[in-house]
Amino acid sequence: MALRNIIGKRIGNGIGLVGRRSLSTATSDVENRNAKSMNLYSAINQALHLALETDPRAFVFGEDVSFGGVFRCTTGLADRFGKARVFNTPLCEQGIVGFGIGLAAMGNRAIAEIQFADYIYPAFDQIVNEAAKFRYRSGNQFNCGGLTIRAPYGAVGHGGHYHSQSPEAFFCHVPGIKVVIPRSPRQAKGLLLSCIRDPNPVVFFEPKWLYRLAVEEVPEHDYMLPLSKAEVIRQGSDITLVGWGAQLSIMEQACIEAEKDGISCELIDLKTLIPWDKETVEASVRKTGRVLISHEAPVTGGFGAEISASIVERCFLRLEAPVARVCGLDTPFPLVFEPFYMPSKNKVLDAIKATVNY
Amino acid sequence: MAIWGRLSSRTIANANHMRKRMNQGFINPASGLSPALNRGTPLFSDGNRRHLDSLPRNRATLSWFQRFKSTLAENQQDSFLSSDSDEDHQSLQFPGGKVSYTSEMNFISESSETRVPCYRVLDDDGELIPDSDFQQVSEEVAVKMYSKMVSLQIMDTIFYEAQRQGRISFYLTSAGEEAINIASAAALSEQDIILPQYREPGVLLWRGFTLQEFADQCFGNKADYGKGRQMPIHYGSKKHNFFTISSPIATQLPQAAGIAYSLKMDNKKACVVSYIGDGGTSEGDFHAGLNFAAVMEAPVIFFCRNNGWAISTNVSEQFRSDGIVVKGRAYGIRSIRVDGNDALAVYTAVSAAREMAVNEHRPILIEALTYRVGHHSTSDDSTKYRKLDEIVYWKNARNPVNRFRNWVQSNGWWSEQQETQLRNSVRKQLLEAIQVAEKAEKPPLSEMFRDVYDYPPSNLEEQEKHLRETISRHPSDYPVDIPV
Repeated sequence: MALRNIIGKRIGNGIGLVGRRSLSTATSDVENRNAKSMNLYSAINQALHLALETDPRAFVFGEDVSFGGVFRCTTGLADRFGKARVFNTPLCEQGIVGFGIGLAAMGNRAIAEIQFADYIYPAFDQIVNEAAKFRYRSGNQFNCGGLTIRAPYGAVGHGGHYHSQSPEAFFCHVPGIKVVIPRSPRQAKGLLLSCIRDPNPVVFFEPKWLYRLAVEEVPEHDYMLPLSKAEVIRQGSDITLVGWGAQLSIMEQACIEAEKDGISCELIDLKTLIPWDKETVEASVRKTGRVLISHEAPVTGGFGAEISASIVERCFLRLEAPVARVCGLDTPFPLVFEPFYMPSKNKVLDAIKATVNY
Repeated sequence: MAIWGRLSSRTIANANHMRKRMNQGFINPASGLSPALNRGTPLFSDGNRRHLDSLPRNRATLSWFQRFKSTLAENQQDSFLSSDSDEDHQSLQFPGGKVSYTSEMNFISESSETRVPCYRVLDDDGELIPDSDFQQVSEEVAVKMYSKMVSLQIMDTIFYEAQRQGRISFYLTSAGEEAINIASAAALSEQDIILPQYREPGVLLWRGFTLQEFADQCFGNKADYGKGRQMPIHYGSKKHNFFTISSPIATQLPQAAGIAYSLKMDNKKACVVSYIGDGGTSEGDFHAGLNFAAVMEAPVIFFCRNNGWAISTNVSEQFRSDGIVVKGRAYGIRSIRVDGNDALAVYTAVSAAREMAVNEHRPILIEALTYRVGHHSTSDDSTKYRKLDEIVYWKNARNPVNRFRNWVQSNGWWSEQQETQLRNSVRKQLLEAIQVAEKAEKPPLSEMFRDVYDYPPSNLEEQEKHLRETISRHPSDYPVDIPV
């Protein structure tokens, strides 16, 4: 409830978040039978139920997951699948990931939860030096491909330094892991199941602002959405916008506003940040001639920089304006200044106009 | 001020009383059970004891094992520091178990008066210490153990020389730690899974990894299971249940807990053995690994080779505790300190640890006191930071291979002739293996791009293509021995 109040306040401030954000999955890759309206944490919860149900070698563990987790994503799992498969761990992120690597190395699906992405750093060594290199260094004798690390990430309106960060770029510099971020409940369920079943270690960042806020029709059945495949979620001809996770809804609002000014925006959800779908982005930019990338993480060294460089390499002669980046500022995530820090709808809208009118 | 003055004088007064109790707090096969733990439950259930009794042991095993007591918090009626005061009947019901109250303000001492003794069976001359607890080793196993210790010595000498000649880029010897390597491996089942640090090649040697396989890895050729991607000595062998070595220190410990948990889930009669050095115990992953294993009741043996030195850092600069063995109790883990240069003691301790880990689903911590006789690696010159006398003393007077040989010989199981024959034969085999490994083709360039993921994603395909174009333009920039 507190979350909703904060959101309400933010709407009052004109930040541009709507009470209910739902980026519909317009594509036909998910069959719509038996769809049920649910929020993002429930969709995650359903994916975890399915993962445990369909694979007796699947385990869910992390801090406070037994009683359902601080965001309720693991509700009911321990009761249904037992304490041996769904369990609390000591408060130790490097232990959680290291333990998960070991579990995965024995052919299990290890689904580890890091309570907040802001606290993933103690596990950085285990992710970067161990999980990511496990297959390569052994010449494919061993792998920990069954490992999926879930972590809530991003702004939430009141999280300050340590409950708001978007650390995805750190992990995008690491060959051997995949980084996946869903934008909506339906996407979250299908992508999480793909990550869990993917034969490579994956870091799955969940937009915590959307846990309760984003509500969407989610099919009840077991389905998977492809990794490393971006999706054009809004067709347009004047400019390409690239984003992921919670930021997409801000970008979508900017697209709608821009349309009123006669600007046709194409919006792409990257979904998988590494290995990423350059081809879809490139094809779109070849069509529009302009590109804008937006993420909550600080602009310097953010993953937007990588997309920008790749697009300039591939589409230099087609570009009609410099690549635009609308991102978080290069400060620690600030509590009371959050509305100033954020890549808001109007910042995106201004950049769309500036790029189109360049 | 007044109250603090009063309390501090009491603290001092209590200190001696407390230290006495501290000394009694350890599980110690040599001195018997701590009276403070008398009220705990016996270490082994009847079922387990029966199982253990079937092991061939040198003397009445039952009495030895009966001395152990559980260290589980809920089995402790009160702490070993509790007083006999009238407040004994009162206690605090706290999450995790009952804690008794005391009105005496006692700080637990930072250390016990005497250091935890080191379990050994063979004296410095390799003679059996009368009345020692040890598990009998058959002639066949003893001779194999000794032979593998010698092989390890020869392997170290020859690979070290090969590195000095520039034929391999790096090497790291196990000199001084041959008993730890071989005896710990000998006490395990081949189903037990090894998570090595990097100074345990003897475990692989024991399990049948051939000299050729060692050489192939060190030369990074086509036959290397790691496809030439890692520095020499980063061995790994799936068929030997030996996970591939990685250079970061202690990262394998929490992984060991995860693997052990999986073994437990699968009801396997096996455990994980994770090795670590003294320096590694300072890493966060040491804490993570031990704590996870204890909480998850995972069958894993944490084997710490305390060899006194972490590169140039002496143990006195590494920790202030009485070594590593005392850290087990803080995690609720049963632990033992053993003479790492006494193969028979290491063998016996690991056998017992394995039984407990596998049958009781619990981690065990073993601290083996030893000495790194060699330099840290071929990139190190240890005479810059430690005295030659110290090295020579450990190399000669405390040599674990010689000590075990004396015992094997005293049993009439080994002769000078066998010694010469073994050394010549291993040396010859190794030189041949090195020649073969050196001449073997390197892995092809395509292997650089494989195994990052289960399949090569488009960015890697693109980079491989670009690289090949660059190579065709500038072939002289690239090594000729890598097939393109």
